[in-house]
Amino acid sequence: MKKLLLGDEAIAQAAIDAGISGVYAYPGTPSTEITEYIQQSESATERAIHSRWATNEKTAMEAALGMSFAGKRALVCMKHVGLNVAADAFVNAGMTGVNGGLIVLSADDPSMHSSQNEQDSRFYGKFSFIPILEPSSQQEAYDMVYSGFELSEKLGIPVLLRITTRLAHSRAGVQTRPQKPQNELNPSDDWRKWVLLPANARLRFKQLIQEQELFEQMALESEYNTYTDGADKRMGVIACGIGYNYLMEHFPAGASFPVLKIAQYPLPKQLVAKLVDACDEILVLEDGYPFVEEQIKGLLGIGVKVKGRLDGTLSRDGELNPDNVGRALGIAPASVYEKPEVLVGRPPQLCQGCGHRDLYEALQEVMQNDHPASHRIFSDIGCYTLGALPPFRSIHTCVDMGASVTMAKGAADAGLYPAVAVLGDSTFTHSGITGLLDAVNAKSNITVIILDNETTAMTGGQDSAGTGKIEDICRGVGVAADHIRIFVPLRKNYNEMMQVIREEVAYPGVSVIIPRRECIQTLKRKK
Amino acid sequence: MKADIILAGVGGQGILSIAAVIGEAALANNLYIKQAEVHGMSQRGGDVQSNLRVSDAPISSDLIPLGKADLIISLEPMEALRYLPYLSENGWLVTNSEPFINISNYPEMESVLAEINRLPRKIILNVDEIAKASGSVRSANMVLLGASLPFLDMPVEQIEAGISRIFGRKGDAVVLANQVALRAGKQASEELIQK
Repeated sequence: MKKLLLGDEAIAQAAIDAGISGVYAYPGTPSTEITEYIQQSESATERAIHSRWATNEKTAMEAALGMSFAGKRALVCMKHVGLNVAADAFVNAGMTGVNGGLIVLSADDPSMHSSQNEQDSRFYGKFSFIPILEPSSQQEAYDMVYSGFELSEKLGIPVLLRITTRLAHSRAGVQTRPQKPQNELNPSDDWRKWVLLPANARLRFKQLIQEQELFEQMALESEYNTYTDGADKRMGVIACGIGYNYLMEHFPAGASFPVLKIAQYPLPKQLVAKLVDACDEILVLEDGYPFVEEQIKGLLGIGVKVKGRLDGTLSRDGELNPDNVGRALGIAPASVYEKPEVLVGRPPQLCQGCGHRDLYEALQEVMQNDHPASHRIFSDIGCYTLGALPPFRSIHTCVDMGASVTMAKGAADAGLYPAVAVLGDSTFTHSGITGLLDAVNAKSNITVIILDNETTAMTGGQDSAGTGKIEDICRGVGVAADHIRIFVPLRKNYNEMMQVIREEVAYPGVSVIIPRRECIQTLKRKK
Repeated sequence: MKADIILAGVGGQGILSIAAVIGEAALANNLYIKQAEVHGMSQRGGDVQSNLRVSDAPISSDLIPLGKADLIISLEPMEALRYLPYLSENGWLVTNSEPFINISNYPEMESVLAEINRLPRKIILNVDEIAKASGSVRSANMVLLGASLPFLDMPVEQIEAGISRIFGRKGDAVVLANQVALRAGKQASEELIQK
């Protein structure tokens, strides 16, 4: 019997079956469930597969590369914006190449269901000169990962697996395959490959450029890239990843026009040329940015008529769905009923009983009373970002992991007072520590509130790297011990909380306040 | 056989258990299935939905196109309305009548119910009450699934087997309570249809 698996779970199962020795990741929607599945898998435990969460995506990427260096297979997973954090290691992993097979999974979030932007990871793959796989189904995701480690070892290069939210968080029946053994320990001795001194790196880069032809040849021969002919040559369609599903939804018996399905890159020129030669115009369906469309169209758009996201046939932003793809094909949606006017929105909110609520109430009261016009709250990525919405409306910024501390520092350096940073324990260890060190060294006048709920809550309660160590870390980077203040954010401690906030905001230097109370969700689950 | 179902509710209400039970039943009967879920930020008390597609032929899209859903199953009455543009002409709406009010601008209950009552094919049930009467307050979602069975081309025995597999780890008592709730919902729904 097939297994009913999320796209994320299919990838995890395939990685276990393909003989990985470790998965490295920091939680991030929609990629989190991959690592969680491996952590909970009995067969992964039996095989002693490393699956502990990493502190951030960069440490994850580097550890995975280290495992590959040692000759074993590794999977590293992150959400799209996590790839920005891992980018230094990721791009240079293209330069070093790999020893054991290495798959880098980046889960994009078009329509920004749980993200700050819609960036398309395929650009990172091209930027790093490495092959990209983009599955159209859960089964294809399984198959690509199952054989992807061999592809990586054969080419000696990391492979980027790019998925989007809909595949990550959609279930389907998946046929699994027999488990392969793990690789033996076999560390690389090839220093010219792994020591990226300029002299070595120049050689590596020349080689990487030469290999592009081979990578494209692999994409041309890939079983995942298919050309299906059709009699009606007025239009040909290029459908990438899950864009293919939305196309075929409208043609269950097969399309009347030629269709080029793309799921492996670099874009195989021969297949694209075949379609362009045969058809009057081309429609490109791709989830994310117009990655393929731009390549085919070129800057001037001469020679071939291309429709897609750039000419308005499809919206420039937002994810694909069967309806907007249908419209692009000239098929009107079949809606019968409209959304009634009585309906109102129901945005997400901080849980009832969450300690963040208590902190925001106290912080808001102090700021509104003492510094109504001058204060600014620099926040960060996590549940507490919901402090931007009513009834709190407390925070003024949320940009990227760790930016609360450093933006507060920059604003304080500019003369802003009070500059308050609000971030969670997991975000602090992910990317806040270095910023705090900057602030200590510069003696910046900021107050950093580290909401310590002892978990990575927004993504569902994964282990947090700094649990039990937060105040030690702050002391270690040089925050004065008497300006590291801890309290329990509860209604009954309201006056104490306001008092502490007042004192530390008044202190002209770096102070850290740690409201510490377990996440209400993880607490409920223990009961 | 083909069923395109939208499951609706508020984050934390338990729509995914309904999806999991139907999914298990479908897979055990060699049907094709695709089920798109919402994870992440919306699960914190926001509106959530799941697109569940079951068919004896391969399914392309993970998402149901506008106007193509055979069934909307909602644990919350206002949330039931959110997905009306997806309901097909002959589609049914099965919803809990009890509101989940965690927003300050929740509309008047009468106007929400009036919108639901305008539909030609709907079942409105107080599933919380039926769950309580059947002896398991926590099985309201299985009552709702039971109430949807008359519109699903799947035998109740298969759904019950699905419940056994999904809740099996929690023990026989939990499995039984959910199966009883399922039957109670099915019966309540059938009584409404006959009226």
